[in-house]
Amino acid sequence: MGLRRVAVVGAGMTKFMRRAMETGRELAWQASSMALESCEMTRRDIDCVVLGTAPDTFDGVHMKGEYLADGAGGWQKPVMRGYVGGGTGVFSPIQGWYHVASGLFDTCLVVCEEKMSTCLPHPQAAFLTIFDNMLERPLGPNLIWIFALEMHRYMTVHGVSKRDIALVSVKNKGNALDHPCAQVAQKITVDDVLNSETLVWPVSWLDISPVSDGAVALVLAAEHVAKRVTDKPVWIDGVGWHLDSAYWTNRDLYYPKYVEYAARMAYRMAGITEPRKQIQIAEPYDPFSYKELHHLEGLLLCGKGEAAQMTADGVTQRDGDLPVCPSGGLLGVGNPIAAAGLMKVAEIFWQLRGEAGKRQVPGKPTTGVAQAWGDLMQVGTVTVLRT
Amino acid sequence: MTSEREYPGTPLTDGQLRRGEVLLVEHEPNARYAWDAGVAIGRSLAELKKGRLVGRECYRCRRIVVPPRMFCEQCFRPTDRWVYLKDSGRVNTYSISYLRWDATRVAKPSIPAVIEIDGASKGMGILHLLGGVKPEDVQMGMRVKAVWKPPRQREGSIRDIRYFRPY
Amino acid sequence: MGSIEQISQIENIRYVYGDVPITFQYTQGIAGERFLRELMKNGRFLGTRCAQCAYTYLPPRLYCERCFASLEDAWVEVGPRGTVEAVTVAHLDLDGEPLAEPQTLALIRLDGADGLLVHRIGGTGAAEVEIGTRVEAVLRPRRQRKGSILDIRHFKPTSS
Repeated sequence: MGLRRVAVVGAGMTKFMRRAMETGRELAWQASSMALESCEMTRRDIDCVVLGTAPDTFDGVHMKGEYLADGAGGWQKPVMRGYVGGGTGVFSPIQGWYHVASGLFDTCLVVCEEKMSTCLPHPQAAFLTIFDNMLERPLGPNLIWIFALEMHRYMTVHGVSKRDIALVSVKNKGNALDHPCAQVAQKITVDDVLNSETLVWPVSWLDISPVSDGAVALVLAAEHVAKRVTDKPVWIDGVGWHLDSAYWTNRDLYYPKYVEYAARMAYRMAGITEPRKQIQIAEPYDPFSYKELHHLEGLLLCGKGEAAQMTADGVTQRDGDLPVCPSGGLLGVGNPIAAAGLMKVAEIFWQLRGEAGKRQVPGKPTTGVAQAWGDLMQVGTVTVLRT
Repeated sequence: MTSEREYPGTPLTDGQLRRGEVLLVEHEPNARYAWDAGVAIGRSLAELKKGRLVGRECYRCRRIVVPPRMFCEQCFRPTDRWVYLKDSGRVNTYSISYLRWDATRVAKPSIPAVIEIDGASKGMGILHLLGGVKPEDVQMGMRVKAVWKPPRQREGSIRDIRYFRPY
Repeated sequence: MGSIEQISQIENIRYVYGDVPITFQYTQGIAGERFLRELMKNGRFLGTRCAQCAYTYLPPRLYCERCFASLEDAWVEVGPRGTVEAVTVAHLDLDGEPLAEPQTLALIRLDGADGLLVHRIGGTGAAEVEIGTRVEAVLRPRRQRKGSILDIRHFKPTSS
């Protein structure tokens, strides 16, 4: 393709918290300086900054990207901000990737931050205008309606039960017990999930990820720099992104086509023809328990409707054949919208380098995929990472 | 990353906030809007006032779309004509909501649903509420029909339809 | 062949009114919290100084934006006097309505700081304030201070 190879050489993150004392800028700095320290680079070594952060309405700061920039090392540097809803966390490293792959820059700091606690009475209120202001908002919708409608459709088309889906919450919240930054790690059972408060049936309290504050940062470098900086570069071998229409009631929600298209784009670039065989570890986006299953199918890691069985068979456990969300995911670690997706990319980075501590999956994986999703059931963003 | 190190970030508890241990500044942005309905939705709302649902047809991809739109997003060309639709349809998916818009709880749940409208192309759904039925009696694929407000109470709003009821 | 319809009937033009019903509750951050508490309790101004870059931040920062060093332990006292770097007079409020009294605002470099503070100018001689005028903070009485930038009532020209 004529593009340069780009590697992730360093990563850092803050704790994910319900409410942080730090301002968004301070969170960005904490994650960024940790990422730089991890590969012994300084701000001077960074050529450009890519910022991913969701609507200004969460932090309550106008032009949030510009506000965060100096905490993200962007003072007097080329800075670009991107936003595709929840897909941002995996979209930002893609933007960082093409900054470097194009030859324009040799190094890039990718930073994702969210401070949702500022928004009262609840960040969900900031989401209200995701609905059509004329034809949908007058019905008094809550954001969870769209997930409940999608979850129910998925369950009906494939004959999957709430019990099958609850296994994802059990796995991810349990995995998160080994993540030092986790906000809502806990050991729970399927019955705990089924008995938890019904919010919008079929979605229950333990099926969803929390509102969070937090930041994550990655250092990207072109091949010649990466090889100087580390002996374990993790290559971004595939990137893909895809957007479906905002007419979400005109689509059959049982399957995320836009995730498949994004995955195909990334797999083609990475030379992956048999995803299930060639990928050893996956971090699909899991803001709700059923989404992990939904996205595993969109990522072509199993056939349509097969993700529930794969989970029940233990395939997706850390010591299973295809570990999924070994980090603990959004369900266990937390969901500061943009930072959550980047946390998944950081997790694949650490796992492929054998640096994931107690979360390390066995078998020395060499190829991993991270995926995020967002907007009105619209966007799929995918990266394939390899050692 | 090693599991032993302490990660940055200072979590605050509700208790700390209540006890005033942290300095807070409050601001109400008071963001108010007047959204232009546009040509398609403007007509849509006018038709709702008259007790009718309306869609648009794209001759090239042969879709009759609802909500109506003045250009086809797939063919990227203007849509061709207005089409009156029936006020009945099938439940494509539904849920049972115990939450209000601000996440506060309600005892009596509402039943949001995506309803595929008769007269539009297959899969063309709109968001609305089901009513006149107990949540436990709703079925996927159920046939439902709009229950309208009396003409004098209609305002040109999606709420001119009170809800859709099974029939 | 498609066509875009023009609005020929006025009753078809519609607005839908609505709002985004949220309030914001901001924390001040690690650095901001210390700055405001010091102002509230002791009536002092604190900045943070990066020795490497020879730059003193006011309002104080947790980190140096230039070299990215941590400034967690680099607190220094600045002010209480300063010099006006820029000044203007506002006649309209946030909604564009005339203010009862025009308000003088200035960017002020407190002694020892490199960053500028924005605040009101008041007191005797306020109307004559110009770039270069020496000013000092007029604080509210201790009991009325809340840990807000408004604990400073305004800056007034120094008598000397």
